[in-house]
Amino acid sequence: MKDFIIPDPDFGTPASKSTNTVTLIIDGQQVSVPEGTSVMRASAEAGIKIPKLCATDMVDAFGSCRLCLVEIEGRRGTPASCTTPVAEGMVVHSQTPKLHKLRKGVMELYISDHPLDCLTCAANGDCELQDMAGVVGLRDVRYEPGENHFETRQNGEANPAYQPKDETNPYFTYDPSKCIVCSRCVRACEEVQGTFALTIEGRGFDSRVSPGMGSDDFLGSECVSCGACVQACPTATLQEKSIIEVGQPDHSVVTTCAYCGVGCSFKAEMRGEELVRMVPYKQGKANRGHSCVKGRFAYGYTSHKDRILNPMIRDSIEDPWQEVSWDEAISFAATKLRDLQSKHGVRSIGGITSSRCTNEETFLVQKLIRQVFGNNNTDTCARVCHSPTGYGLKTTFGTSAGTQDFDSVEDTDVVIVMGANPTDGHPVFASRLKKRLRQGAKLIVIDPRRIDLVRTPHIQAAHHLALTPGTNVAVMTALAHTIVTEGLCDEDFIRTQCDWEEFQDWAEFVSRPENSPESTALLTGVPAEELRSAARLFATGGNGAIYYGLGVTEHSQGSTTVISIANLAMATGNIGRRGVGVNPLRGQNNVQGACDMGSFPHELPGYRHVSDDATREVFEKIWGTKIDDEPGLRIPNMLDAAVEGTFKGLYCQGEDILQSDPNTKHVAAGLKAMECVIVHDLFLNETANYAHVFLPGSSFLEKDGTFTNAERRINRVRKVMAPKNGYADWQVTQLLANAMDAGWNYTHPSQVMDEIAATTPSFANVNYDALEEKGSIQWPCNDAAPEGTPIMHTNGFVRGKGQFVVTEYIATDEKTGPRYPLLLTTGRILSQYNVGAQTRRTENVVWHDQDDLEIHPFDAENRGIQDGSWVRLASRSGETALRAKVTDRVSPGVVYTTFHHPDTQANVITTDYSDWATNCPEYKVTAVQVSPSNGPTDWQEDYAARAKASRRILPAAE
Amino acid sequence: MQTATDASAIRARTLEIATAHDGLEAPLLPTLHGVQNALGHIPEEALLTLAEHFNLSRAEVHGVMSFYHDFKTKPGGRKVLKICRAEACQAMGADAVAAAAKDKLGVDWHETTPNGAVTLEPVYCLGLCACAPAAMLDDKVHGRVNEQLDTLLAEAQS
Repeated sequence: MKDFIIPDPDFGTPASKSTNTVTLIIDGQQVSVPEGTSVMRASAEAGIKIPKLCATDMVDAFGSCRLCLVEIEGRRGTPASCTTPVAEGMVVHSQTPKLHKLRKGVMELYISDHPLDCLTCAANGDCELQDMAGVVGLRDVRYEPGENHFETRQNGEANPAYQPKDETNPYFTYDPSKCIVCSRCVRACEEVQGTFALTIEGRGFDSRVSPGMGSDDFLGSECVSCGACVQACPTATLQEKSIIEVGQPDHSVVTTCAYCGVGCSFKAEMRGEELVRMVPYKQGKANRGHSCVKGRFAYGYTSHKDRILNPMIRDSIEDPWQEVSWDEAISFAATKLRDLQSKHGVRSIGGITSSRCTNEETFLVQKLIRQVFGNNNTDTCARVCHSPTGYGLKTTFGTSAGTQDFDSVEDTDVVIVMGANPTDGHPVFASRLKKRLRQGAKLIVIDPRRIDLVRTPHIQAAHHLALTPGTNVAVMTALAHTIVTEGLCDEDFIRTQCDWEEFQDWAEFVSRPENSPESTALLTGVPAEELRSAARLFATGGNGAIYYGLGVTEHSQGSTTVISIANLAMATGNIGRRGVGVNPLRGQNNVQGACDMGSFPHELPGYRHVSDDATREVFEKIWGTKIDDEPGLRIPNMLDAAVEGTFKGLYCQGEDILQSDPNTKHVAAGLKAMECVIVHDLFLNETANYAHVFLPGSSFLEKDGTFTNAERRINRVRKVMAPKNGYADWQVTQLLANAMDAGWNYTHPSQVMDEIAATTPSFANVNYDALEEKGSIQWPCNDAAPEGTPIMHTNGFVRGKGQFVVTEYIATDEKTGPRYPLLLTTGRILSQYNVGAQTRRTENVVWHDQDDLEIHPFDAENRGIQDGSWVRLASRSGETALRAKVTDRVSPGVVYTTFHHPDTQANVITTDYSDWATNCPEYKVTAVQVSPSNGPTDWQEDYAARAKASRRILPAAE
Repeated sequence: MQTATDASAIRARTLEIATAHDGLEAPLLPTLHGVQNALGHIPEEALLTLAEHFNLSRAEVHGVMSFYHDFKTKPGGRKVLKICRAEACQAMGADAVAAAAKDKLGVDWHETTPNGAVTLEPVYCLGLCACAPAAMLDDKVHGRVNEQLDTLLAEAQS
């Protein structure tokens, strides 16, 4: 491990999970470790360092470097300590004259084929080969220069064994001349990441690390750039380009990734205030030392030239922006908002909290709206992603959150992945899942598209139920039908934990013949026998866990599907222990937190309804104000009201509703109708095209706070540099509040967390000291669960008895017909994130520089569409143009695209239909037609022109 | 031996061989042998087909194939002559045999004669040390080749 800054000890081999203890003697010291531990790890735990090169605790022992040899009394020879398990009473010597000699000899051989350019090497100061040469006391190399891999020329001719550096990956280089062929990178790619993109080609002296096949380079190979190989490499062979450019960091700070809902812990390695690299943190409980291309490498947006660092205002959205001082911008905004309220009423303004900002910042934005604006017009982007999760799980279980921690996947036997694409959307979780699948767990994928998990090296889903978009509920009910009618329910669990009466109603409903797989097959497109086998596997295969994503929630029956998932988990007794549960894969870093913090118009922090007098009283007492007891407006209602002329002002923090919300034209009309739109963001995003005030935001590197990930884990975000824009986002919100006479005086986000803890029972025992001490905390954390709650509902459901709810399938109103015969569904890609505001401003664009439309060869041929050609994509809402990708990943009749690029504007196409319970838009089903085209549509060209015009900035007045 | 060059023909033939090995615990090596026997070498197209069929990564099949010198990525001669260079044979004059063979065929190790007749390969022990120096022409081993090199070379080029 390259962890010289905060020494993250490397124990050489992974920990054993055995509960039996073995005691042995190493160098005279008595050591007790779990059975199955290697001699190397036992020594490391006792503080005895055995030299090593090919061993690291992120991968299994390999025994190839021959440096970690030890002598064991009563055993012949010198076994490798990494591959030798401990035994009771064993007596080990790690340092003897014989071992010294052997190790020195081994090092001499290594160094005989390694360049001696240590002083100018990028790994200088962070090289295990260098360290080991020192440890074994290597003083000279007796071998004469001969055939080698590192000299470019030999005897005046090109050295045939020399290979130049592979610099094709934008973030790291592969320098074969520095390679000692320890295989750590190959093993990390296989064991940790699970991609198997690397191998050792050839044999003996010809052995080389090879990405993909002989003709591949790193970029062209199967490599997903997760960085595990770079992390594992003991030399400069695989090296971050940032280290080559900058040099070694001088300190590091543990913080939390600001991309997806996995919430990986990272060490931000710094040189002064400059971020040198992000390294996954081994003690991080969500990621356990792993990372993906986004968190590991794609942080360049934080210092991108597009970032706006000065506040700006304008009277009309037709005007160019005027840079002004913070004072002027804030007072301009505050005056406008107060004027609007005096003219149009208290409820004429509102705000949108961000799922990318911290809990503390989100809490303050909703406090600003409730306390200072005096209404409940607060909403968050969870509206458009996981609001049905909140509703569905609260109804059935009693809490609006997933039930497990990510470690739980290690004990899972059957996994259902539904409407999620973890290898792209939640890559670190996907790697952990794949590891478990390679150990033998079974996988059922329910998705219209053949996602990578269906079949990828060493992973093969037992069942892929490729349903027609929009038929989730029918499929889930048919699964339940099979389980109930074939007598596979866990009756004990249901009788003890759930409401038996309701179960019986539900069982009667799902058992009806119209809900059988045979009856619904025509509708869902899933063959009945396949569905029945999947149901049997889930009910009888051991610990069953369900992981789901936006393919479940973003439908007109999103909440119903979440409920049907909960029903299935309860019916099979898969709740309340490790290896089971219902696990929503959250999209953004802090969606969970934003929901927890009372971002919704009807809920105060902790999911308590605004009409609840006791809850309001708690806040009213601390905030010294009356809180409106009427729920406020949701995002779509705000936009509707704006078009009608009753909603006039919006404070939008870290959220690009124009690009991410459905029916772009309607969003644009709503924003245009408002008189004061305040956008608080890193970049002039698409929403800012309609804004009057722009408040520059700070990146996750520039502020303190917490994010809450998909497993309810509250992780610390730590400031590693001063905000480039001058203020952290929570300070900006405070400035605005105080300009509206709020009188806030927070000096640190920890004070906000204390206020959250004081007002919200599930956070009662959370504070920064506890987070510092424990690393992270999974809520609920209170007197009943002082250590937090990794797994929920272990002793009965939070709501008392688990509630079964009947889930009637109702087809969406969005239907295909002669004009729009195809169904469009949307998703994500590994290298890009959400609306792409961050990842588009990094080198990640080499993997995905535009949104493509995936279309089945059958549909493509019918329409005369070639792979890579422009196509027009039209729905009842609008049309756009993008390039086609002909693939059988999608079924005939289904097309698929991503929404990462604003020039595509996939949401011009999506409709106004939304979830019946929560208004979560139906992004995943739109009836469309696809036809050949010459290029961008008029709308795209108009839009691009308008975006360009509205981004004009006048220099600040002198 | 035949040499298929057309990509789709290679894919089809490879798939046929791979399918015949389905169900084996470790089907890759026997399949690689099968492909080499059928096509004379293992083209990249065949490796891609095998990776896809056995659900392995491209890197893995490449790693396995490149470990074994006997698997060829390019077509060789119609026949392969392997001359042993291990200790026993060296002691009995294998170096001279090798030099003579190279000279008479006009090729170096791993090369094929311009007429495509024979590829010359080194090999390290054929288990025929009692009759050293030894060689192998396609599947047949020959002892004391220093005494009959010309006959062997003639046979190789026939």
